[in-house]
Amino acid sequence: MSSIGAPIRRQGPARPRTIRDRSAAGRRAFSFPALDVPEAPIPPEHARTTPPDLPEVAEVELVRHYTDLAQMNYGLDTGMYPLGSCTMKHNPKAAETVAGFPGFQRLHPLQPDTTTQGVLELLWRLERALCEITGMARATMQPPAGACGEMTGLLLMRAYHEDRGDARRRVIIPDSAHGTNPASVRLAGFEAVPVRSDARGLVDVGALAKLVDESVAGLMLTNPNTLGLFEEEIEEIAATIHGVGGLLYYDGANLNAILGRCRPGDMGFDIVHINTHKTFATPHGGGGPGAGPVGVREELVPYLPTPTVERTDDGSFSLARGGPRSIGRMHGFHGNVGILVRAYAYVFLHGADGLRNVSELASLNANYLAQLVRGDFPLAFPDLRPMHEFVATAKPLRDATGVKAMDVAKRVIDLGFHPSTVYFPLVVDEAMMVEPTETESKETLEAFADALHTAAEEARDHPELLREAPVTTPVRRLDEAKAARSLTLRW
Amino acid sequence: MLDAIGLGSLDDLFEQIPASVRLDGRLALPDGVSELEIVDELRGLAARNRHVDDLVCFAGAGAYDHYVPSVVWALAGRSEFSTAYTPYQPELSQGVLQALFEFQSMICALTAMEVSNASLYDGATALVEAVNMARSGARSRVLVSEGVDPRLVETLRTYGTGPGYEPEVFAAVDGRGGSPEVGDDVAAVIVQHPNVLGILEPAAELFERARAGGAKAIQVFDPLSLGVLAPPGQLGADIAVAEGQSLGNHLAFGGPYLGLIAAGMSDVRRLPGRIVGETVDVDGRPGYVLTLQAREQHIRREKANSNICTNQTLMAVAATIYLGWLGPDGLAEVGRRCAAKASYAAERLTGIPGVSLVHPAAPFFKEFAIRVPGRADALVEALVERGYLAGVPLASAGEDVLLVAVTERRSREQIDGLVAAVGKALA
Repeated sequence: MSSIGAPIRRQGPARPRTIRDRSAAGRRAFSFPALDVPEAPIPPEHARTTPPDLPEVAEVELVRHYTDLAQMNYGLDTGMYPLGSCTMKHNPKAAETVAGFPGFQRLHPLQPDTTTQGVLELLWRLERALCEITGMARATMQPPAGACGEMTGLLLMRAYHEDRGDARRRVIIPDSAHGTNPASVRLAGFEAVPVRSDARGLVDVGALAKLVDESVAGLMLTNPNTLGLFEEEIEEIAATIHGVGGLLYYDGANLNAILGRCRPGDMGFDIVHINTHKTFATPHGGGGPGAGPVGVREELVPYLPTPTVERTDDGSFSLARGGPRSIGRMHGFHGNVGILVRAYAYVFLHGADGLRNVSELASLNANYLAQLVRGDFPLAFPDLRPMHEFVATAKPLRDATGVKAMDVAKRVIDLGFHPSTVYFPLVVDEAMMVEPTETESKETLEAFADALHTAAEEARDHPELLREAPVTTPVRRLDEAKAARSLTLRW
Repeated sequence: MLDAIGLGSLDDLFEQIPASVRLDGRLALPDGVSELEIVDELRGLAARNRHVDDLVCFAGAGAYDHYVPSVVWALAGRSEFSTAYTPYQPELSQGVLQALFEFQSMICALTAMEVSNASLYDGATALVEAVNMARSGARSRVLVSEGVDPRLVETLRTYGTGPGYEPEVFAAVDGRGGSPEVGDDVAAVIVQHPNVLGILEPAAELFERARAGGAKAIQVFDPLSLGVLAPPGQLGADIAVAEGQSLGNHLAFGGPYLGLIAAGMSDVRRLPGRIVGETVDVDGRPGYVLTLQAREQHIRREKANSNICTNQTLMAVAATIYLGWLGPDGLAEVGRRCAAKASYAAERLTGIPGVSLVHPAAPFFKEFAIRVPGRADALVEALVERGYLAGVPLASAGEDVLLVAVTERRSREQIDGLVAAVGKALA
C-alpha cells in the first residue's frame, strides 16, 4: 500500500503547552522607536489599572511556538484533503504573491477613489467575470463568506417582495441542505420549509408542487445538490417557483462542478452566491477568511448592497452609494478584498477553457474514485451518476463488522490521509462524502482508495485498529463530551 | 480513467444536465494565461493604487495603519495554517485549534471579559451578532449612541430588517454621553468607546444605566486601546465587540479583517460562531476541540441564533501572534504612543488658522475630529497631491469635519509634515 499524504508531526516529547507557558516576566519580542513627542497621559478615570494577562516572550520563543503548532496541523499543502462539500483544491501560489503586493495589501478602505483606481477596476472586472460565469446581471462583493452571501441573497429576496407589497414568509429548502440555509432563512425573517428528497436523491418535484403557494418567497437550492447529483428537473422546479411569483436562490457551494458547462442563470436562478474558497481556490485559512459574492438578475439590481463599483463615462471607477431600494450594508467596508484579489488571479489564470476543464476533471476524479471504492463503500444513491463529489455509505461495513464511518475516517488518518466528510448529509446513514477535486492526480486518488480499502479489510480482521485510531497524531481521539461539560475556553 | 468508469468522453460526465440549460459554446472570458502574465497584470493594477507606504496615512475610522511586525505573517502565513479547512478532524488540526484557544484566552485577557469565541467576520457584523444575542422576547428595541460609527449603524439597520428591529440612535451631549431611556422593551444599549470621533465616552455610567433598565450593555471597543484604557469588563459591558484588524492584520482595502466578540459565561450558550475548548484524549493527553456545537447552524439549523460557519480563523491566528509579540508591556507602549502622537498632532493642527477641534473639551485617544475651512473631502484630495492621506471625511458630522487618526507608526517628522501641508493647502 502506498501512502503519499505526508503525515503531520507525531507525538513528541513533552513541551510547553500554550504560549503563556513559555512566558517569563520581563521578556519581550516587541520594539518601538523612542517616543519623539510629549507624553499625553490618559485621564485617570479612563485608565487601565491591571495589565492584561498576556504572555511575555522573546521573538525566538514566539517563532518556535507557532512553528510547533503549524507542524501539528494538516493543510492542503500537506496532502489530499477530500472533504465532501468543502472543495479543498490546490491553492495556486501566484494568488498569494499578487495579494501581497503593497498596492493591494497596504490600501486603506476609505481612501479617495482617485487613489484606488487599480483595485476598483479589479473589483469591477471580477464582478463582470463572476456574472458571466453564473449568468447574472450584477453582483456585490461585500459578503465575507458563503453564509453571509446567503443572508444577503435572502434580504434581497425580501426587499424584492416587500417592494411589490407582497409580504411572503416561506422559503423552501431541500432536506439535504447545509445547516446555514435554514439558519439564514430564519435570520432573514422567513420560515424555513423543508422539501424531501426522492429515492434518487433529487428534490421530490411532486412534494414540492404541494408545498408551493403564493406565500412562498423562494427556494434555495444547490445544483449539483448536496449529494453530488445534478437536479435534472431544474427547469420544472424553476417553473413551479416562478409560477407562484417566488424567486430561485442558487447556493454556490457546488459551482465547481458545472463551471463552463452550464450557468445558474440559464437554469432559472435569480440570485446566486459563490464561495470563492471553494470554486476559485482561495485558501481556506483553517476556517476563514472566505468570500461570498452574490450575483442577481436585472430585476434585483436596485436592491444590491451599497456601495457598488461603477465605471464612469471617462473610464474611471468609483464606489457609488446605492439608491433608495438598496438593502444597505453587509460588511463594515468592501468585503474580503484580499481574498477577491486571489479569486481574480485564479479566474483569469484559468480563462474560459481552463475553468471548463476544472469541472471536467473534478467530475472525472470523483467518478473514478467512486468506482475504486464502491466495493467497500457503495454509493448511497446509485441510480444517478455523481458529479464532482459522491456520497458513499459505510453502512454495509458497519452491519458486517460494527465499525463505523467515524472509525474508518480515523484509521485513514493513520494511513496518511485527511479523511472525507463523515455523517453529512444527515439524510444518509453512515455517510462518507468524498470530494477529491480536479487538482489531485490519478496516483493520489488510487493511493487514497488503497487506504480506504485497507481500512475496510482491517475492519473485518482487526477492528481494534480502527476503533483505536488514530495513533500517529499529536493527540488521539479527544473527549468532546468532556469539553462541552466542563468548559475550559481560555487559560 | 474514462474506461474505468465506462464512459467514452468527458462530455458523458455531464449527460444529466438537460441540453436546454447547457451553455452554448464557451464562457465569454479571455483565454487562460501563464503565471507570469497574471502576476504582471495584477502588478499593473496594484501600481494604479496609491498605497499607505506611498501616502503617509492619517486615515482611520475603523481601519488603522498600525505596524505589523515581520513575525506575524512569517508564522500565520505558513501553509499548514493557511491551507487547512475548518478543524473538523481535531487530531489533524491541533495547531489551529490551540492557536484559537490562545486567541480566545488573549481576547478575554485584553477585555477582562469571561469568554470569547474564535472570531467573526469583522467589527460591523460582530455588532450585529451581539444584538442578536441580546434580543429576546419582549426586549426587542436596540438603542445606539450617536457616537457609534455610522457604518456600523448602517450594517445593523440592514441585518435588522430580518429579525425586525430598527436601531434607534440617542443623542450625545458635546460629542459624548447621552441619556438613553431604557424601558423594559429595550434589549441593548450600544456605546462605542472610544467613539467614532475618537472621544472617550463615560461608558461606565451609560452601561450602569443600561443594566439598571434590564438591557444588555454592548461596547464597541478598540483592541489596541486596552493597554492604557480600562477594559470593557471593568466598565460593566455585558458584551464587547470590536474590529480586530489592528491586531497584526493588513489594511487590504477593508478585508479580510476579523470581528471580536466577548461576553460573560452566563451568555456562553448564546455566543455565536466557533468556540474551542480544552479536553483530553483517550490517553489523558491535553488537546483541543470545537465545542458547544449544539449552538451552531449545522446542528440547530433554523433554530440557530447565528448562521455563521466559516469565520476569519487565519486573521485570528495572526492576531494571536501579534498579541504574543506585544505582551502586556508592548500593548501599553502602543497605547501610550498613539495617545501621545494624536495629542501632539491635534495641538499642531489646531494651530493652523481656521482649524479647530469639533469638541475641544472632550478627551480623546488616537483619533480626533477637526473642522476645516471648506469641504473636508476636498482637503483630503488636495493633501494626496502633497503625499498625505490626511484623514477620513466624516460627512455625518458635517461636510467640514475631518477625522484624523495617529498610530504609533507616525513620527513627529511625519506629523509636522502633515501640519505644514495642511497649512499650505489652506493658505
